[in-house]
Amino acid sequence: MATTEAARPIALAAPSGRRWRRVVTRSVLPRVVLILGCLVFLAPFYWMVISALKTNAELTQFPPSLIPGAWAWQNFVDAVNYIPFGLYTLNSLTITVGATIGAVLSNTLVAYGFSRIQWPGRNVLFYICVATIFLPYPVILVALFDIFGKLPSFGVQGAQHWVNTFLPLIVPAFFGNPFYIFLMRQFMLGIPRELSDAARVDGASEIRTFWNVILPLTKPAVVVVAILAAVAAWNEFLLPLLYLQENDKYPLAVGLVFFTSEHDVSYNLLMAASTLIVLPVVILFIFAQRFFIEGITVGGVKG
Amino acid sequence: MTASAVARAAPHRRFGLSRLAWREARWAYVFLAPWIIGFLAFTLIPMIATFIFTLTNINLNQAEPLRFVGLDNYARLLGDQQTWESFTVTLKFAAVALPVAVILPFMVALLLSSRYLRFAGAFRVLFFLPYVVPFVAGVLIWLSMLNGDSGWLNLFLQAIGVSNPPNWLQDPNFVYAGLVLVGIWGIGGGVIVYLAGLKGVPTELYDAARIDGAGWWASLRHVTIPMISPVIFYTLILGIVDLLQYFLVPLVLYQGTGEPGGTTNFLNLYIYKSFFNYQDMSYGATLAWFLFGVTLAITLVLFGTARRWVYYAGER
Repeated sequence: MATTEAARPIALAAPSGRRWRRVVTRSVLPRVVLILGCLVFLAPFYWMVISALKTNAELTQFPPSLIPGAWAWQNFVDAVNYIPFGLYTLNSLTITVGATIGAVLSNTLVAYGFSRIQWPGRNVLFYICVATIFLPYPVILVALFDIFGKLPSFGVQGAQHWVNTFLPLIVPAFFGNPFYIFLMRQFMLGIPRELSDAARVDGASEIRTFWNVILPLTKPAVVVVAILAAVAAWNEFLLPLLYLQENDKYPLAVGLVFFTSEHDVSYNLLMAASTLIVLPVVILFIFAQRFFIEGITVGGVKG
Repeated sequence: MTASAVARAAPHRRFGLSRLAWREARWAYVFLAPWIIGFLAFTLIPMIATFIFTLTNINLNQAEPLRFVGLDNYARLLGDQQTWESFTVTLKFAAVALPVAVILPFMVALLLSSRYLRFAGAFRVLFFLPYVVPFVAGVLIWLSMLNGDSGWLNLFLQAIGVSNPPNWLQDPNFVYAGLVLVGIWGIGGGVIVYLAGLKGVPTELYDAARIDGAGWWASLRHVTIPMISPVIFYTLILGIVDLLQYFLVPLVLYQGTGEPGGTTNFLNLYIYKSFFNYQDMSYGATLAWFLFGVTLAITLVLFGTARRWVYYAGER
C-alpha cells in the first residue's frame, strides 16, 4: 500500500512520451479494438430486435431507420400465429429435456469408466471415442436412417418406427457424446486418485464410490454438460430436418424456416419469433455464463 | 507368502489380468456400456453398412435389382466432374475461412487476456453470446446485415468513403468473404478455448523473457505461441473437420441451389442432395466415404507434423 502511494507521484511527475505510448498500446488500443469488435457482435442483435418492431413499410424503407418509427408490437402476435408457435415450443422443450437428461446420465457414467477405473485398453477405447468426432455425419446417415426406419417405436407419436418421431433426436443422447465424455473425463481426472482408493479400502463398491464420492465433486462439470447439451438440442437444425417428416413435429429452430419462402422473407415476423426464442436462452446464458465458458474451456487445454 | 499368493491367483488370471484387476476392468465395462452400445448401434454398424452400400447399386426406387457392383461407384466418383467441382469449392472456401477461424479468435483472446483490461468477463460473455442464437435466425440476420444496398456493413463502408462496396452474398467474387463474415459470429467458442490456454502459460516465463530484453512481439513469438501450440493445434484440427463438412449456411441462404454462380456447391451439399434429392443411396454413400477419407488423410498428416511444432509442457 505504502509503496504504491509512494510510487505514484513519481510516475505522475514524469509523463514522458514513452510512458504515453505505453498507455496507448497497453490500454487504449486494445480497448478501442475490443469495443469495435463488440459492436460487430452486438449490432446483429440490435438489428434483430428493431426489425421485430418495424412495420412492413418501414422495413423496406431506405436508408433503414435505426429506431423503429412506430413500434409494431403486433408483429409478435402475428409471428406466434404465423407458425404453430406453441406446438413448436412444446416440441422443442420435449426434445431438449429428453436429450439433456440423456446427456447428463450417460456422459457421467462413461466418463467415470474412462477416468476413475484402471483397466487395460482404456486409452485405445478412449481414442476411438474421441476419433468419432472426426466422422462426417453422412458416413453413417443412410444406414442409420435405415436402422431408425426399422426400430419399433411402440406407437410413440403414432408412428411404428423411429423415423418421424423424436426418438432419433433423444435416444442417442442416452449413449454418450464424445465431446461431453472428453470434457467430463478431463474434469474427473483432476480429482485425486487417493479419494477413490480410500473409498475402496473402506469397502465401498464401485457404484458407491461413483455415487457418493466422485459425483458430488463432479457437479460443476455435470452442470456444464447439462447446459451445453440443452442449448445444442434447443438449437439443433439438421437432425430434426432429416428425421422429422411432418411439419407439426418440428421444433422451433426448424420452424423458423417457414418465415422464408423462395424469394421472400417475412423479416419482421421472423425476427419477432427469433427474439422470442433467443430471449430465454440469453437470460439463461447471462446467469449461467460461468458454466458455459468452463465447458468450452476444458476441451482445449490438453488438446 | 508372496509366492503362494501368486500361485493362488494364477489360476484365476483371465486375459492376463489378476483377479482384482479383472474385477475392476469388469466394472469399467459396466460404466462404459452406454457408450459401447451406442457406438456399435449408432456409429460402427451404420458406418460399415454405409461402406457396404458403396459396393452395391442400392437406391430408393431400386429400378434395377439390387446387386454388388464392386468398385463401380468409386470409378464413377473419379470420373464425376460434379464431385471435383464441389470438392474444389469446399477446399477453396476452407482456404479462405481456416486462417480466420484459427487466427481471429487467438487475437481476440490475446486482447481479452490483457492484464490491464477491466470487465473482461462482460466482454467474454459478449463474444460468446451468438452461440445461443438459433442457426436459421443467425444466418438470416447476417443476410440482411450484408445486403448490398441496405445492409449495415455497406452503409458503414459508404459512410467511411468506400464508393462501391460489394454485394457480399450475391457476388461470386465476394461470396466466400461474405460467408466468412457470417461465420465470425461463431468465433466465441474458439476465443474461450484460447483464453483458457493463455491463462495456463506460467507468468515466470514472461518475466524471464522480459529480463532477457524481449519486447511484446518477441515474447508472443517465443513464449506465448509455443506454450499454447496445443490449443492452436486443437483449433486447427476441429476447424478443418468443420470446414470440410461445411454446407448448412449456404443451404439456408440459397436453398441448395449453389448460388451465386455455383460458388456454394459444397461437397457435403452434393452428398446430402445425392441422398435426399437424387435418392441415390449407394453413390451418396460413396461420396460420404470419400469425404471421410479426405478428412482422415488431412488429420493424419497434421498429427504427423504435430511432433515438430506442438509443444506439450508435460512431455520431455
